[in-house]
Amino acid sequence: MPGATIAQKVLARAAGLSHVEVGQIVDAQVDRVMSHENGALVAQKFRELGAGHVWDVTKMVQLFDHRVPADTEQTAAGHKAVRQFVKEQGLVHFYGERGGICHQVMPEKGHVRPGELIVGTDSHTTTYGAFGAVSAGIGATEMAGVWATGGLWLMVPPTIRISVEGTFQPHVYAKDLILSIIGRLGLDGADYRSVEFDGPLTSSLSVASRMTICNQAMEMGAKFGIIPADDTTLSWLRPRTDAALQPVHSDADATFERHLRIDVSDLSPQVAKPHSPANVAPLEQVLGVHVDQAFLGSCTNARLEDLQIAAALLKGRKVAAGTRLIVTPASWEVYRDAAAAGYLGIFTDSGAVITNPGCGACIGGVSGILSAGEVCISSSNRNFRGRMGSADAQVYLSSPAVVAASAIAGVVADPREVAP
Amino acid sequence: MNPSLPAPLRGRARRFGDDIDTDVIYPGKFLAILDPAQMASHLMAGVDPSFASTVRPHDVIVAGKFFGCGSSREQAVLAMAAAGIAVVVAKSFARIFYRNGLNSGLWLLRCPLADTIPDLATLRIDLTACQIVDEGSGATFAFEPVPPFLAQIVLAGGLVPHLKARLAQRPPEVHVG
Repeated sequence: MPGATIAQKVLARAAGLSHVEVGQIVDAQVDRVMSHENGALVAQKFRELGAGHVWDVTKMVQLFDHRVPADTEQTAAGHKAVRQFVKEQGLVHFYGERGGICHQVMPEKGHVRPGELIVGTDSHTTTYGAFGAVSAGIGATEMAGVWATGGLWLMVPPTIRISVEGTFQPHVYAKDLILSIIGRLGLDGADYRSVEFDGPLTSSLSVASRMTICNQAMEMGAKFGIIPADDTTLSWLRPRTDAALQPVHSDADATFERHLRIDVSDLSPQVAKPHSPANVAPLEQVLGVHVDQAFLGSCTNARLEDLQIAAALLKGRKVAAGTRLIVTPASWEVYRDAAAAGYLGIFTDSGAVITNPGCGACIGGVSGILSAGEVCISSSNRNFRGRMGSADAQVYLSSPAVVAASAIAGVVADPREVAP
Repeated sequence: MNPSLPAPLRGRARRFGDDIDTDVIYPGKFLAILDPAQMASHLMAGVDPSFASTVRPHDVIVAGKFFGCGSSREQAVLAMAAAGIAVVVAKSFARIFYRNGLNSGLWLLRCPLADTIPDLATLRIDLTACQIVDEGSGATFAFEPVPPFLAQIVLAGGLVPHLKARLAQRPPEVHVG
């Protein structure tokens, strides 16, 4: 049998086939699904289907993260409709607003395992690839079909392999790496592709950093962004699930459409300028741009390690007058751990606003919407026009370190110059 | 040739550029809305605030590469369907938008020369011949055929009616004991 990539192996298993070819369309049965507030729309479509009961109450994860607590009566009505659906159907895994951002909660609560096929009604569902899972975002109508049948059609994608080596310079992180890759490949550089990241640098990364990379693979159009599971993955997952963990790897003779080799040793901090995540430049090019708002949050960079990096820079320092810093931890677990580690105290003393966990300002929904002409430096994932509020606001994407340094300086600043 | 494809569709081209993302097609601040008619009033708000008030039923959205990139929000296509749009022509589509569009019963046509179709041109779209004709100039633009099993979903009016028909054909479950 010809060699297969992770995407081919997982899709073959999900389709009950021994081997699948790139380009083949398969009917796949998924291992897990996730929905957030748009579960209200999915439930509406599900009822239109007239399917009655969902296919498996143990495989569906439902929570709220986009607008928590409810900001309007309209949001509250959506939340209420979902709570009612969860009760009616007897769904086992419902977190309401008590979990945090879906992509953080899914692995934290043990709902992501290597080699699984997972779909979610959110484009950043690619994040679970950080655990060697094969996961993609889908729309609400399609999810209604999955709720009814457990299956959907998927095309077996070609795979781009990206092998990363070298060592990061101080204050250079996974976010800088993935931004530089998106800048190089372009907004549609991995459209319809699975992207597999490997190499010694990738293997040395923490789970949090791996999640940043797989999360942002979406920003170059990737269908899947995968880092093969290893000991780091398994030790992180073991306390969180009793399920058997069976990593899947690409065969040595698997066919990759393209193989990029990257050495990060000379990489500097990177920034995506308005209004595209692919509009990437070295930090040096945008230093000194006035910042109205600095946002440390989102499914991309609001984990404990991100908060730790920002707290180390903010300790004993103040957010500049004329700038506001908003910190939105990714989940309740991260929030609690950050409090215990003293990071939340540091943020409070620096003058930051700390919000409850959720998507917050990233999506322009709640807690940090931008007005026309305002500039934001953000650790989040997208800076399309109007993403965080006004279509006339300017959003720069960066690592948490650049967000923290810029909050202190009041302008886009270099963390290497703030650091003690 | 697929004999079940509908007669040629006619509509007015409404031109957009490359990389039109779902944040501009349907800004996040309107995501809590569940009523399709209300959704339609915010269509394209982030790229052309006058669009929602000037769009007419049967208008054809014509765009460059990677149309619909970004968020998976289905409101982007639901708003189009509610505004009476039945066809989107682009050089290429982002994958989630492509699925969402077909699932909502829109014809999404990949046309390599989409960016040369003039704004406001009256178009005749022949799904059988895979050809768009600019009725004013007579210019023709070829598009890739929609794979038959995806065309079936669109012809059914979207995934819900398509799947509903399939689920209805399922044998009744047998309960034992």
